Amino acid sequence: MPKIPLKWLEESVDLVPGHSAEDVAAALAKVGLEEEGIEGGGITGPLVVGRVLSLVKEEASNGKTINYCRVDVGEHNDPAGPGHKPDNKDEYPASKGIVCGAHNFVEGDWVVCILPGGVLPGPFPIGGRKTYGHWSDGMICSSKELGLGDDHDGIIVLSSPSGQSVETFPGLVTADALVPGASALGLLGLDEQTLEINVTPDRGYSFSVRGVAREYSHATGQPFRDPAAIEVTGTRVADGFGSDAFAVEIADQAPVRGRVGCDRFAARVLRGFNPAAPSPAWMKRRLEQSGMRPISLAVDVTNYVMLETGHPLHAYDLDKVVEPIVVRRAVKGEQLETLDDVVRTLDPEDLLVCDSAGGEGFRPIGLGGVMGGAATEVSASTTDILLEAAHWDPITIARTARRHKLGSEASRRYERGVDTALAPVAIERALRLMQEHGGGQLDEVWLDLDNTVAPAQIAMDVSYPSTIVGVEYSADAVVAALETVGCVVDRDAESLLVTPPTWRPDLEEAINLVEEVARLQGYDDLPSVLPVAPPGRGLTHSQRVRRAVARTLAESGLTEVLTYPFISEERLDELGIPMEDPRRDVVRLANPLSAEQPLMRTTMLATLVDAVKVNLGRGEQDVAVYELGRAYQSKHIGQLPTVDNTDGGIRPEEVEALNEALPGQPRRVAGIMAGNRVRAGWNGHATAWGWADALAAVERVVAAAGADVVVTQGARMPWHPGRGATYWLESGHFVGHAGELHPKVCETLGLPARSVAFEVVLDPMIISTEGRIQEAVPVSQQVLAKEDFAFVVADDVAAGDLVRAVRSAGGEVVQDARVFDVYQGEQVGEGKKSLAVNVVMRASDHTLSADEVLAVREAIIGAAEQEFAAVLR
Amino acid sequence: MTDLSPLDAAGVDAAIDDALAAIAAATTLDELKEARLAHTGDKAPLSLANRQIGGLEPADKATAGKNMGKARARVNEAIAGRQAQLEAERDARVLVEETVDVTLPVSRELKGARHPLETMQERMCDTFVAMGWEVAEGPEMEAEWFNFDALNFDPDHPAREMQDTFFIDPPEAGLLLRTHTSPVQVRAALERRDALENEGRGIYVVCPGKTFRTDELDATHTPVFHQIEGLAVDKGLTMAHLKGTLDAFARSLFGPDAVTRLRPSFFPFTEPSAEMDLRCFVCDGGDPACRTCSGTGWIEWGGCGMTHPNVLRAAGIDPEKYTAFAFGMGIERTLMFRHGVKDMRDMVEGDVHFSQQFGMEI
Repeated sequence: MPKIPLKWLEESVDLVPGHSAEDVAAALAKVGLEEEGIEGGGITGPLVVGRVLSLVKEEASNGKTINYCRVDVGEHNDPAGPGHKPDNKDEYPASKGIVCGAHNFVEGDWVVCILPGGVLPGPFPIGGRKTYGHWSDGMICSSKELGLGDDHDGIIVLSSPSGQSVETFPGLVTADALVPGASALGLLGLDEQTLEINVTPDRGYSFSVRGVAREYSHATGQPFRDPAAIEVTGTRVADGFGSDAFAVEIADQAPVRGRVGCDRFAARVLRGFNPAAPSPAWMKRRLEQSGMRPISLAVDVTNYVMLETGHPLHAYDLDKVVEPIVVRRAVKGEQLETLDDVVRTLDPEDLLVCDSAGGEGFRPIGLGGVMGGAATEVSASTTDILLEAAHWDPITIARTARRHKLGSEASRRYERGVDTALAPVAIERALRLMQEHGGGQLDEVWLDLDNTVAPAQIAMDVSYPSTIVGVEYSADAVVAALETVGCVVDRDAESLLVTPPTWRPDLEEAINLVEEVARLQGYDDLPSVLPVAPPGRGLTHSQRVRRAVARTLAESGLTEVLTYPFISEERLDELGIPMEDPRRDVVRLANPLSAEQPLMRTTMLATLVDAVKVNLGRGEQDVAVYELGRAYQSKHIGQLPTVDNTDGGIRPEEVEALNEALPGQPRRVAGIMAGNRVRAGWNGHATAWGWADALAAVERVVAAAGADVVVTQGARMPWHPGRGATYWLESGHFVGHAGELHPKVCETLGLPARSVAFEVVLDPMIISTEGRIQEAVPVSQQVLAKEDFAFVVADDVAAGDLVRAVRSAGGEVVQDARVFDVYQGEQVGEGKKSLAVNVVMRASDHTLSADEVLAVREAIIGAAEQEFAAVLR
Repeated sequence: MTDLSPLDAAGVDAAIDDALAAIAAATTLDELKEARLAHTGDKAPLSLANRQIGGLEPADKATAGKNMGKARARVNEAIAGRQAQLEAERDARVLVEETVDVTLPVSRELKGARHPLETMQERMCDTFVAMGWEVAEGPEMEAEWFNFDALNFDPDHPAREMQDTFFIDPPEAGLLLRTHTSPVQVRAALERRDALENEGRGIYVVCPGKTFRTDELDATHTPVFHQIEGLAVDKGLTMAHLKGTLDAFARSLFGPDAVTRLRPSFFPFTEPSAEMDLRCFVCDGGDPACRTCSGTGWIEWGGCGMTHPNVLRAAGIDPEKYTAFAFGMGIERTLMFRHGVKDMRDMVEGDVHFSQQFGMEI
């Protein structure tokens, strides 16, 4: 995001007197430009220019070689003499002693020192101290320490008269600035602050000093001076063929979404330029402050003008470009080496700048609006420069930048929108700067191939902003706000006719103008009015059931967690899910965060396991967790149906088609329990979580949903085949599983042996009870009769089946029947078990007589005998 | 020793005194029983004297009967009184002896808890439900059309890249993990547009739920997070109603003095758009060293604005007739500043101790 040096900003707008960088940031935030950070201004105290008088390399006890330097820092010098202890063995000239660990400098170099009393950004206060056997008065500074960036290694070398060291900022420091003891703050621009702002995607023009200055003016009312308001010289021609201007043809054979990729191409030539001329120090400093690296005068100027005006420019070496230039789409398979030395294979949608080497428009020399090509770039020998200022279509630029992962300073601006009127100004400003600092002559005639369309007029009722914002704006206030942002307003007609400025391509319809009025007036005075909604229907059945499910599980001792739904293929292996199982039919992410977890879970257990492991890993032994969420089931994922959004919005059949194409993602709840459910204590023994607890959890969930389910023996992996249950709705819909996890799964996943788990698909169950109204049965006031039975049956008889038979045989009077004891052993014999059943009976209208109870009892015994060969003990 | 005569008034009185003394002297229920046997049993002087009445002259019987009746009544009364007293003392003693240590740990069952991100969403929803709003939900794996196109994101606009999106393979299918809960706004509006058009029933919904962006997990980012968004569509809604709704919401979570502020911003689906800040509820802007608001006095809470006419059009609602506002905020972020959660990782790792400190409600 753009970094705006405040000194530069000040050239285009008067900052409020006495402002701080924070004040500027706050003002810009009021109109919608958020602060990202403030740089610079963090250094106080003596940061001075120094000359290295002597440099002695010493090997320190830690094996590191350090330099003991005596540095001439002028007025800050210690008087000639022995210096501080422990350095008083020698006689030193007037200087300071500083220990330095960097090795990119030699005696005689000019460096930057921070002396005791100074403070570096951090803040790090600097003092004199004893180190490596010397007294060291401060530091010789690196770029990084001064917050000037990480680009340079070692300490800053301002100048190296011996030529032995590499100067850090070549050309930045003039000879008259090299005075020992002179402040280096101004020299390095460290007394200047830079404000980094976050520009929202609709405000391309704020990617410039010009745009930000204008916004600051909007926020504060301070006068704005447009840096683009300069006179354009020479003779402008619209066609280079048959004139003295450089010939360019726009031949877009395949406009994207019907938009020609380039609607303006301006070019002018500068001849006799001195390629060795350095960029001025102030320009380099501003580029650095803006986060760009100075390269050469020609390139620096194009960048500087882009930062200032927001219009990207491209400089070609005229000698290397074969006239005419043709702007066209790439041919499939065509290649181009861009400025970053990468050879790129082009897409037929990429828009190219080509020259005519090898035939008219044959050779690509740049990805238009994104990055130039290597073949025609300006170099250290370029004397004749062809400067291009073109206007590119945002969509073409955005697609090309994304396709080639090549977000450049230029593409960032073009895809957000660049002022269509600015090309001639940008060229003029840039060529004048090049000429001023590098000499040469401008061609009189220059090309301005301009097919841009003036911004369309927008009709807006003058009361519209008030209608939307809820603040009464006068007609004058609305017009004034729009004129302030650069619109031309015709208020004679019935409604306002507003022509947006060329730098605001985002102003396309009336609602965009409302925002301009609102933000310029500010949001601080917005009244607060609570709207009255019509009576609502409350939470839905599903929402209420899910709250009940979550609560009942928490109350039964489980803790709710939220896990990421991303899994690996291996996790399904670890859960022992067979290859042909539908849970292998996974949805895959095209761009997963981690290559190891590219899949979406098809079972909640796949990720819930991780939460269990986190807790076990932190020493917890008893862990019971649950999660409500979704698992995702792939269908064959093909192209989703398209939506025709042109008239009246999406149609119901289109919504249905989209929904139909979405992968299944029913809501589920799952839990894993390991260790003890009841801890050992003074009042009893520990009880481990068992398979029955997992089943009981499902019963709670089912009860919360109010559903009726059927349980059957057995469950799929990852459950123990003999200790798992499967639940079904009476309609036959699958509900879920519960029970003990398979021993192999526990072992593979590192879960405690006999960990238990459940997973239930909530949606079908919730749907089954939607709208159901429970009819009340009157409460009987009769006394209950209770009868116990102990049936000996074959040990493969399911208790549930026996109980069902008991209930059915007992008839209406049976209120409840449950197994309260299971016994296997010698007393009942091999292959047999005893099931003790308690039956509770009651008639609604009378107390059951002894005879009636006996009759029921006999019916129950008879049924048990007949259906299960049960013998009453 | 001769037997006591029932006519010997002084003797009977003496026997009564003996009996009363013995009863009073009994300090336990057993001693009282002994005293009762000794003074009212078969061999007790008063009992023996009573038995003599039958053999007396008829003239003496009345006097003797009167003497003995009075004696028995006094003794029995004393015994009953003492009995009640000693029983009360014994009961009191037993209760003291049965005292337990109530500071012992009593519950040995594992304690469960809700996850605070879930209870926070419920709490937020309840605030809106109480104002008549409804809670809308939708799929997490969503069609690109609902997540972007319907929300006025041009396919080629850089705004699509503001939200780093997880795409489902194959990417050209147009399926993604929703980057915000805004697609639910569109779905909810579609479901309710007939009631809006035919019954004039304004649409007021909040959309809570899980959202996804390709951010690596660190102290302040998580690829899977939660949002709550609101949408109101009605005749005559303005930004002032948006502000009023946000203020009411802020007060429900941060107390009666909570204040919000709007700052201009940009979202494709709202125009005008704004960032929403909450006045720091810890320092109220008074502490430059405040850790909750970093000394700025304001906490960034979410985004909002007037729903873009194109979004209404996509949902088949006529922006000439209706206006709408929308807002949204992160549940994780809310939890972080409301409860001082320092590290996002605590919320997502699944350590039960994180959930357990919040219990069942928030």
